[in-house]
Amino acid sequence: MTMTAPPPGKKLNRIGLELQAYRGSKTTLCAGCGHNSISERIIDAFYEMGVDQRRVIKLSGIGCSSKSPAYFLSGSHGFNAVHGRMPSVGTGAMLANQKLIAIGVSGDGDTGAIGIGQFVHLMRRNLPIIYIIEDNGCYGLTKGQFSPTADLGSKLKNGVLNDLPPIDTCALAIQLGATFVARSFSGDKKQLLSLLKAALAHRGTVMLDVLSPCVTFNDHEGSTKSYSYVKDHDEPVNEVSFVPSFEDIAVDYEPGSTQEVTLHDGSKLYLKKLEEMYDPTDKLSAMRRLLETSRRGEFATGLIYIEPDRDDFMTLLNLIDEPLATLPLSKVRPPKAALDEIMESLR
Amino acid sequence: MLPTDLALQEAVTNRSGERVVNDFSLQVATVNGSGSQTANLVLLRSIFQMGVPVSGKNMFPSNIAGLPTWFTIRANKHGYVARKKEVDFLVAMNPETAREDVLTLESGAACVYDEPLKLSALRNDLTFYPVPFDKLVAPVCPDAKLRRLVRNMIYDGVLAKLLDIDMGQMEKALTKQLGKKAKAVTLNMAALQAGWDFTEKNLPKQDPFRVETMNKTGGMILVEGNAAAAIGCMMAGVTVVAWYPITPSSSLVETLITYMRKHRMDKETGKATFAIVQAEDEIASLGMVLGAAWAGARAMTSTAGPGISLMSEFTGLGHYAEVPAVVFDVQRVGPSTGLPTRTAQGDLLSTALLSHGDTRHPLLFPSSAEESYLMAMEAFDLAEHLQTPVFVMMDLDLGMNTWMSNPFTYPDKPIDRGKLLDEATLKRIGEWGRYKDVDGDGIAYRTIPGDGMPAYFARGSGHNARAAYSERADDYVNNLDRLARKFDTARKCMPKPIVDLNPQARIGFVGFGTSHWAITESRDQLRNETGVETSYLRLKAYPFSTELTDFIDRHDRVYVIEQNRDGQAAGLMRLEFKPEHISKIRSVLHYNGLPIDARSISDDVLAQEGHDVARHTKLPEEASGSAGVGGE
Repeated sequence: MTMTAPPPGKKLNRIGLELQAYRGSKTTLCAGCGHNSISERIIDAFYEMGVDQRRVIKLSGIGCSSKSPAYFLSGSHGFNAVHGRMPSVGTGAMLANQKLIAIGVSGDGDTGAIGIGQFVHLMRRNLPIIYIIEDNGCYGLTKGQFSPTADLGSKLKNGVLNDLPPIDTCALAIQLGATFVARSFSGDKKQLLSLLKAALAHRGTVMLDVLSPCVTFNDHEGSTKSYSYVKDHDEPVNEVSFVPSFEDIAVDYEPGSTQEVTLHDGSKLYLKKLEEMYDPTDKLSAMRRLLETSRRGEFATGLIYIEPDRDDFMTLLNLIDEPLATLPLSKVRPPKAALDEIMESLR
Repeated sequence: MLPTDLALQEAVTNRSGERVVNDFSLQVATVNGSGSQTANLVLLRSIFQMGVPVSGKNMFPSNIAGLPTWFTIRANKHGYVARKKEVDFLVAMNPETAREDVLTLESGAACVYDEPLKLSALRNDLTFYPVPFDKLVAPVCPDAKLRRLVRNMIYDGVLAKLLDIDMGQMEKALTKQLGKKAKAVTLNMAALQAGWDFTEKNLPKQDPFRVETMNKTGGMILVEGNAAAAIGCMMAGVTVVAWYPITPSSSLVETLITYMRKHRMDKETGKATFAIVQAEDEIASLGMVLGAAWAGARAMTSTAGPGISLMSEFTGLGHYAEVPAVVFDVQRVGPSTGLPTRTAQGDLLSTALLSHGDTRHPLLFPSSAEESYLMAMEAFDLAEHLQTPVFVMMDLDLGMNTWMSNPFTYPDKPIDRGKLLDEATLKRIGEWGRYKDVDGDGIAYRTIPGDGMPAYFARGSGHNARAAYSERADDYVNNLDRLARKFDTARKCMPKPIVDLNPQARIGFVGFGTSHWAITESRDQLRNETGVETSYLRLKAYPFSTELTDFIDRHDRVYVIEQNRDGQAAGLMRLEFKPEHISKIRSVLHYNGLPIDARSISDDVLAQEGHDVARHTKLPEEASGSAGVGGE
């Protein structure tokens, strides 16, 4: 880590790095692509949380979204997997070294179509990973075909109407066991940044569906994933404020107006209620809200569901604390007596 | 015994004076799910304990209960453990198959059968021993619900008496098989004794087959190839295992789970030094393995042909991103339903070239339980040394059947984790690039997440030596050429073939995996019966090394013996060998789902060599058609 004095005016984070250090290579996505805004928020979140990039792994599948891990955190290892199969690669990597912080970026096709099987099973395991769907309702890299999150009645550029119901990835994730489920919008900087920082403080599967308009193939009149449509139909379920564990900030709020959630690392989430009855720790209320909102043709955003205390996959597997990847031979090769015992049992 | 039985038996040439000692194949025909496995293994183990070389092969259906299953035990004083084509001694317990089982026996064979089946009327050239199993089981097993299971133990008692198997050894084997279940031992012992007593009183010995104590199994173990491989994986220090259940590979990981829970829990913390995950499918299994190995774990999966097919795309990614992985392929026959419980060596070609866009993968061919153990360890070293997926090509016969083996020796070498970048290496090589060939062997230095060394972005084929995304023509060509160089490095570090050169031989045999046992026996048959001398090269790995072409050079014709229809190993040779080598290659092919036997090899080779042989079975047309009969 370079500790030389920064030029005046450059702000350093708690591990002495400036924002610039968290950038990646130059994006090759279209100008104005929502995915670029998400990459910017990821850079902001990791910088503000003072994450050591050497502990981070970036994972992705195939598609425009899956190209984006090259555009942030150049100091981290990355693995561009095959289409729809990032969850398994991420699972393996975390099993090898549970001290890593995994961030996976997928798309709505990569997750909802070819990758739905792996997505479903990732959600069940509560693997510690931040799983982001950059959701634009279409296949960008193959020039604009519908994806499984396209809404009923949404229209392609050439006038074709989508006649199949969409997959709600948030509803699926909640039902299957993800412990941090949120939806956001690439155009909502504040909400997205708070959710990403909170995601870093959570231990377990974070499923973050970010509506991210495709400016080239799905930003026209008649599309339900265009920038203007999403902006007009964004219906936050709560207002998310995040206070990291390393900051000593007291937050005042009127009793009953805000729900306070303590995350795995001691950080705090303050969820200002925008609707009296909504409780993001209650699965039923979360599912009900998702269904009601989509029935109205709107998008419920914010922290939809959270279960901060459930055991993660590594705990279930009773894994030793040290990374499996670097255990010494003495820990992974049983002694000769063990082999002798086995041989004796086979005589 | 019915009078008709007696009459028929008198017609059989009385061979009781003749003695065939420690040289027979015994087949038990039952219905699966009837608990015959315990009886069969007790029988096998008793003969083994008497010092007689033995092998046990289970021909079972893809079913849980109610379909025919055959268990074959071969005892052989010479140590031949391949399947014997002919059955010498049949135990017919299954009404559905009894008739055909009896009709296909060789003349002179013996048959113990369930009396109501009335089989003795079918042939007059066999020795029949009718046994009223239901009548015998009732008094020893008052609980009617257990009778179905205990009934099979009676034939063990009958056979002990008829074959001269020591009852003390039977009891010892039974205790070993049933462990601490004292009640079960008592019950089964009673059944065993009932069978023995009945035989002594009612069934005078008429056949020539006998077991006599030898000293050829001392110190040895009985083990299934899958268990042997599992022990090897544990000793190799495997840390991440992802798998999906599939016959015939499931027992590899299931055995591994048992051993790891016993021997790989950390002494201080009581926590696991491993993760074993049952994935959602084989695609995810290999994805997890690649992710884990990329992050530095020793990772493996185990599967069969259908799983290999599903792993195709990920294997290509592993090849191009250069991630170590160990994949066991316990081979069986083709896709979907069909013969998932029958053996084959049918995945060679597809696995060697698995995936799309110029991919080739190292394969290992264990032929025995001991080699399954050793090659499991070797596979991890090779995968990490070569930074690529390595496939261990087992088969159902090896994986699920019971083999005699020398006990496994404790590994005396540390493990090879391959080229991992560290500070000293970084200093030495100056500038690091993930895919930069510093040493000229095609293998670059890798870093793993969390190790503090420089990061890189792993992806498919489109990258330059610094792992940056590139679609440049020269970057692609350079990468492919380096990977070809790496494959040549693999050629040098894979285990060498075992060569037995016979100076008198004009023909050579090439084989691999479980075919080895039938090949060894066939060579003896050919020498002893027809005076045909052979040399033999046993492949232990792909890519092939120069030993193979040297071997072909030394012979007029070389028979590549394999258990598939299309001569897949010969095909791999044709892909890279020169015409003068290719023109000498012939194929001996066996693909009926049963383990290959010596007689089939001998007959086929003799036919292709132009000898006049009495064929026991019709040869596959492909094999006889491809032969340049009589040489060039």
